[in-house]
Amino acid sequence: MTDVPASAATPGLPARLWDLMGRRPELFTLALIVVTVIGVAIANPNFFAMNNVFDILRASVVRGIFAMGVLVVLAAGGIDVSFTAIAAFVMYALTMLVTNIFPGMPLWVILPLAALGGAVFGVINGLLVHSLRAPSLIVTIGTQYIIRSALLTFVGTALFMNLPASMEAFGKASLITWTGGTGVISTLPATVLVLVVVAFATWFILERTLMGRAIFASGGNPGIAERLGFNLFHIRLFVFGWAGLLAGIAGIVHVASNRLANPFDLAGMELEIIAAVVLGGARITGGSGTVIGTLLGVLLITLVSNVLVFVGIPSTLQLAIVGIFILIAGTIFALRQRN
Amino acid sequence: MIKTADRQTVFLALINVIVLVAGALLAGANFVDSYNLQVMAAQVPELGLLALGVALAMISGNGGIDLSGIALANLAGITAFLVASRILPPGDAPMAFSWTFAGIALCVGLAGGLINGLMIAYTGLTPLIATLGTQLLFTGIAVWLTNGSSVSLGYIPPLDDFGNLPVLGVPLCFALFVLIAGLIGYLLRFTPFGVKLMLLGSNEKAARYGGIPVKRMIVITYAICGILASVAGIVIASRAGSVKWDYGSSYVLIAILIAVLGGVKPEGGYGRVLCVLLAATALQMLSSLFNFLGISNFFRDLAWGVLLLALLASARVDLSYWFRPAR
Repeated sequence: MTDVPASAATPGLPARLWDLMGRRPELFTLALIVVTVIGVAIANPNFFAMNNVFDILRASVVRGIFAMGVLVVLAAGGIDVSFTAIAAFVMYALTMLVTNIFPGMPLWVILPLAALGGAVFGVINGLLVHSLRAPSLIVTIGTQYIIRSALLTFVGTALFMNLPASMEAFGKASLITWTGGTGVISTLPATVLVLVVVAFATWFILERTLMGRAIFASGGNPGIAERLGFNLFHIRLFVFGWAGLLAGIAGIVHVASNRLANPFDLAGMELEIIAAVVLGGARITGGSGTVIGTLLGVLLITLVSNVLVFVGIPSTLQLAIVGIFILIAGTIFALRQRN
Repeated sequence: MIKTADRQTVFLALINVIVLVAGALLAGANFVDSYNLQVMAAQVPELGLLALGVALAMISGNGGIDLSGIALANLAGITAFLVASRILPPGDAPMAFSWTFAGIALCVGLAGGLINGLMIAYTGLTPLIATLGTQLLFTGIAVWLTNGSSVSLGYIPPLDDFGNLPVLGVPLCFALFVLIAGLIGYLLRFTPFGVKLMLLGSNEKAARYGGIPVKRMIVITYAICGILASVAGIVIASRAGSVKWDYGSSYVLIAILIAVLGGVKPEGGYGRVLCVLLAATALQMLSSLFNFLGISNFFRDLAWGVLLLALLASARVDLSYWFRPAR
């Protein structure tokens, strides 16, 4: 990589950049974002309209909440693909419950209930991963199928078009209302606040608590972590529980902002969330990952899926581009790590 | 080792028999007549081939898995049809067209498998991320090529025969599947490659110090997975008469389920082709039985999920104590 003569005192710029990227992998994601944004802005200067910015933020919220859960699981050396099924189950069952039985339930009861429901599913995941001693990918593929098909078989398949008043209001609430020059009104939804709180809580857990230390330690090397006195069982319960908890919240946010509870929603989204977290610099084998990097990864994935049409790239190429980004970022991180 | 392996084969064969008998009892004699048996046999190869790919990737160890199988199968079918129908129109020389189609599909599969293998072996990407990325990439290319819609092959006699015609009571595609499974089984059991692959899967470090060319082994293994996926793609195209980017979206799970049901160790180092084959037939018959009984697809997915977890659990429980009095 370095064709600059290597001298210890003043390494060349490329070498220093390469080194910096190794220490801060999220900078690479940031670079990809900047390149994408500049490319789009050159091709279509209208891109910087405030409503586009708000749209991208709005589209990042649910992904971002999911990604925080996945980040914690990945940091602990596991992987979870069942969180979208958990979210779909919680959002649908809870909307059904509230609509049919407690139509007046306020949001401050609904959100904690969703979090609790999701956490229960998550803890079951953790229990299974620990007791079956099988790769968490395979275990959570199993629970994903069970949860999703249990929802469709036993709970229901019909859409809920008329949401309870409190959820409807939550989806409509706006932080900032911007009236553009042409009279276009765009709003920054209040759901963004949920992402802010969730991201802060995740950062606090990972960076400021003993559990955070334990998560990184068990992700880095489970054997050594165990000998250091960390309880792997508790860590697994916690990380999968946290992912489930956030999935429950993300489900309610999804319903509120779409104003529709569809049990078939969110299926297949898990891969792009994992992709976002990996793009954010978290190693799939655990032991690393930052909240900022993950948020950047989410932003990049959202950008790719929302703005390609602005530059005239057919939207059918979207999946392929996300795939290429994952391979490039994954390769660079893996190579850097080996040096 | 031999004893446990044999017991597993017997166990899986028993499951096959039980499902057949249960089918005959629950769904009537139609379930076991030769027509339905042929229909079921013709349905096995798609999933069976993908499951063999997953099994090989798992055996190679180090978190080995291939999530890109069905995506590559669809891409191979789509690319092969689009390219082959440019080269020569299918109506003029159906036989030549079919062989060209198959040849191109195999090349696409080999290329896709090589991409997976090279990324995993030489860049240090974990198999999970590499095949996740290529899964999106292959699916994405397939969407782009077809604009997201299904492409009909039209009626091409040799391909249609391959997918649907039984010869001496055995559907051709099933015969090919058994042949390929036999080859892979031979490769794993009786060649130096197979022995080395098992060693590599059970302990990579030891394998490297033992002088096994780890990188080359990984590349070859994933290349074989790619070829298996493209054969699955040919079977899908010939049976369905059309190719589509999202065909078989649940196959990723079911292929893993079959591999685990067949006793392949997800952590690597052990797996038998015969068991995977028996697992594939058992699962196919169970699936057909659900169809016969009019059980919904949602419930079937639930059953697969429960089955997968139950299998993982059964590997944790030592059943030998309960079997001992019987022997």
